[in-house]
Amino acid sequence: MTTTATNVNTGSNYVQGATGEWEVVIGLEIHAQLATKSKIFSASATAFGAEPNAQANLVDLGYPGVLPVLNREAVRMAVKFGLGVGAKVSRRSVFARKNYFYPDLPKGYQISQYERPIVEDGTVEVLLDDGAWKTVGITRAHLEEDAGKSLHEGLGAASGIDLNRAGTPLLEIVSEPDLRSAKEAVAYLKKIHTLVRYLEICDGNMQEGSFRCDANVSVRRVGQPKFGTRCEIKNVNSFRFVEKAINYEVMRQIDLLEGGGQVVQETRLYDANKDETRSMRSKEEANDYRYFPDPDLLPVELDAAFLDEVRRTLPELPDEKAARFQQQYGLSAYDAGVLTASRELADYYEAVVREVGGEPKLCANWTMGDLSGFLNKENLEIGQSKVDAPRLAGLVKRILDQTVSGKLAKDVFEAMWTEGRDADAVIEAKGLRQITDTSAIERAIDEVMAANPKQLAEYRSGKDKLFGFFVGQTMKATGGKANPAQLNELLKKKLGG
Amino acid sequence: MSLTRRDVEGIAHLARLQVTEQELPVYVDSLSKILSFVEQLSAADTAAVEPMAHPLEGEVQRLRPDEVAESDRHEKYQANAPQVKAALYVVPRVIE
Repeated sequence: MTTTATNVNTGSNYVQGATGEWEVVIGLEIHAQLATKSKIFSASATAFGAEPNAQANLVDLGYPGVLPVLNREAVRMAVKFGLGVGAKVSRRSVFARKNYFYPDLPKGYQISQYERPIVEDGTVEVLLDDGAWKTVGITRAHLEEDAGKSLHEGLGAASGIDLNRAGTPLLEIVSEPDLRSAKEAVAYLKKIHTLVRYLEICDGNMQEGSFRCDANVSVRRVGQPKFGTRCEIKNVNSFRFVEKAINYEVMRQIDLLEGGGQVVQETRLYDANKDETRSMRSKEEANDYRYFPDPDLLPVELDAAFLDEVRRTLPELPDEKAARFQQQYGLSAYDAGVLTASRELADYYEAVVREVGGEPKLCANWTMGDLSGFLNKENLEIGQSKVDAPRLAGLVKRILDQTVSGKLAKDVFEAMWTEGRDADAVIEAKGLRQITDTSAIERAIDEVMAANPKQLAEYRSGKDKLFGFFVGQTMKATGGKANPAQLNELLKKKLGG
Repeated sequence: MSLTRRDVEGIAHLARLQVTEQELPVYVDSLSKILSFVEQLSAADTAAVEPMAHPLEGEVQRLRPDEVAESDRHEKYQANAPQVKAALYVVPRVIE
């Protein structure tokens, strides 16, 4: 598994530098916006895209004398995540103030959790490119409030502050430094992304910033026990950029160290346009956050009944679903992994299988093949598919009852997608019905044999390879509609003389 | 416990306070005294004491239902702001 052109595949993820091999060490901090209706400590709405400051009330604005009151739903969602990653859910957790000055943080502190987070010590299993599973540790997940947004367009020498986002509940999910390449980091990030959507605690929308990630990256020479000095990369808002930003940062650090330099622990910003990271020195001086327990908030205590209540709402999780798909439908680990990457895709697939009444492998091939191909091409989610599950099932049924060949079915699917019609309508309108009438196929074979006497003679004198030529010619003569199995069988008989 | 000049400069910067050259030694001295006073606490044996996050013993945080109960009143709130444009609070430029 190579990540960049300069990586050498040593059976692991070591990166080849000019003076030797390096090991990459990555930990991720993921911020997932919790899908509550109101904010974590106030009754303002959290909807995305409202007019500036229309959803910022006195608590969010940090007016003197106001008090935060914790949203039960945000707590429930954090607990749900903890149970979903097999973590320890703290029966007693504490909120703390993280102090720093920034215009989008009106109070001068962010309410977060420090010493006693709500979730500790979880794990997730991540499927790597080579088919191996890797266990990634989750150190902790804690509740906190989001900050506002600074805007710099059209305000001249000033910035504009929109505090609608201030106070939106976040779950910060901190991994152990267990990841050893950019690809592993992305695989882990995708797993958490899948998980929070399965749990219905975050919409996962990276473009709107509902799911974001900072990466702590360091390198060390292979065999060295101590971690190198790390840099934190901020502002990476897509899976692709996470991979690119980490790979850039890895090479930057290796070049620096091999050139006799030192890595400075700092925050760096990823610039997607230039594909590079650069230092954000101004944030460094504020790195002493002077955490202390927030006197406005009492410790949160959760009783066993609450935890049980949340546990009962846990859905079938991605790993469980993938295992069931392998067992129930006879799918490979890879196929089951792809089909369970989102709950919606898994539901779509199961709806197709149900409608067809079996043939899970064929249904999987169509869902992962043509359907996913068209979705990717048009950058659509499964929920926006132009061919719904019953219609795809309709096409699969026509393949199974031999109305249409597997090959022509691809053309049928494309027409279904672009014209919004069902399989039967497309097959009729385009005359794509498969020819299964033996005499019609035989007639076509006779014509092909008559038109190619030379090849026929050669075939009969032992040139077996020409069989493919006859298949092709006969298929062409029937407009690609002959049933392939029948055609093969009849050809063999006829060519044999 | 005694603080250095650099400690005090750092604390002042974090709190966005301007401390003059003349004031610095005064703060180094008085803050060090405060710390020494508080440090008497470390003489107490706390090995068996559970850390306390809040002085209200036995009280726990009440949770509120997830309901939106606030409407858009930004015009009223922004009447207090030094500068507003297009419903944004305007501040000196901050950009990385």
